[in-house]
Amino acid sequence: MTQLTPPMGLIAELTHRCPLQCAYCSNPLSLDPPPDELTTDEWRRVLDEAAEIGVLQLHLTGGEPMARRDLVELVSHATNIGLYTNLITSGVLLDDDAMERLLAAGIEHIQLSFQDAVPESADRFGGYRGGHAKKLEAARRIHDAGMPLTANFVIHRQNIERLEDMLTLGEQLRADRIEIAHTQYYGWALLNRTALLPTAEQLEFANQIVTDARDRLLGRITIDYVVPDYYAARPKACMGGWGNRFINISPSGKALPCHAAETIPDLTFPSVREHSLSSIWTGSPAFARFRGTDWMPDPCHSCERREIDWGGCRCQALALTGDATATDPACAKAPSHFVMAAAIRQTADAGLDFVPRRLKGA
Amino acid sequence: MSKSDRIPRFRRGTKLRFDKTRSTWVVLAPERLFMPDEIGTEILKLVDGQRSIRVISLELAGQFNAPLDVVEPDVIAVLEGLVMKGAMEL
Repeated sequence: MTQLTPPMGLIAELTHRCPLQCAYCSNPLSLDPPPDELTTDEWRRVLDEAAEIGVLQLHLTGGEPMARRDLVELVSHATNIGLYTNLITSGVLLDDDAMERLLAAGIEHIQLSFQDAVPESADRFGGYRGGHAKKLEAARRIHDAGMPLTANFVIHRQNIERLEDMLTLGEQLRADRIEIAHTQYYGWALLNRTALLPTAEQLEFANQIVTDARDRLLGRITIDYVVPDYYAARPKACMGGWGNRFINISPSGKALPCHAAETIPDLTFPSVREHSLSSIWTGSPAFARFRGTDWMPDPCHSCERREIDWGGCRCQALALTGDATATDPACAKAPSHFVMAAAIRQTADAGLDFVPRRLKGA
Repeated sequence: MSKSDRIPRFRRGTKLRFDKTRSTWVVLAPERLFMPDEIGTEILKLVDGQRSIRVISLELAGQFNAPLDVVEPDVIAVLEGLVMKGAMEL
């Protein structure tokens, strides 16, 4: 067993409230109701504890983190205690006043999500009329404020054909980074999988566009590309390993190794209302459960890549095989790898209808 | 303009900070971070948007009592590496 190192990042899901209804949202199907959300004081304490144990970067997310009235106060607190503070937002609430206040509070980076390159499709997917136009305004504000901007595009079967336009939009908005993320199938995205999974041809098309754009924009705009597990031969190093780099806090204060961890039924996740982050990181059985390599079954345990991909994703293993300890089916060595191809076949004749993400449930 | 005259600066949102928990310097950038080695750290501490590569190299050559023509290629390599990673402008 290697020695436990401090966490690098804290992912703070401030709320599950969101004006958008993206069908590929990775939030859980059972969203935390607003009255259960941590209070401002509770978040301040969590941020203090995070900085204390060595967290370097704070990612404020949701839901829509800007739906929290105390967001600016929390940003200010975080930057005062030296946390590098990143806001992950849909941008639809980012008006001039909000931008000015966030800037004064010391926000260091904003990641702005887009649903598509064109308003009709973007607004249909986000379930928010006029949302795309507001995002363009938000991007302009971020740029004018001199803030670094990441433009995030989640791609799937219904928008992937406009990938080139998305990259062009990112350039036009003068983004410093463009994140092209194939949908990750958790929560609402898993529910809507048959309407979202790309075809093999679409994936090949997207890979080529990204490769070309990376060459073209090298040293100018960084392009991060998140590949889809369903066509992978090796699994992703989910969260850089379970309990290895990140702590995710749910709106109601559950400390999780990843945002989907609560889907795993036999684990009890500690609440930051009852435990310090330090005791959670070093002492929680749930964080220790899949940490390192000791827990791994074969083929993971004897695999030379075991400390590269850390066995892939536990939540995906659970969702697709019913067993959270199984090898991630994304891995070609997994006995269950065939389920990925089966899921792809299933989508071939499926319709494009999806269930929008809503607080009241699917 | 030769490479020596170029003035490196961190890109917007990229910062060099001392991490007291790990007793090391870290480069914090949008959704990524880098942990430079000791030489990299000494180079990055001199990046202030004013000093050129030559000035940085001369200071380090003095500090470590090493010839400029050995130091400067290292300085350029470290800085160009960070340009490729999107953390630095040259």
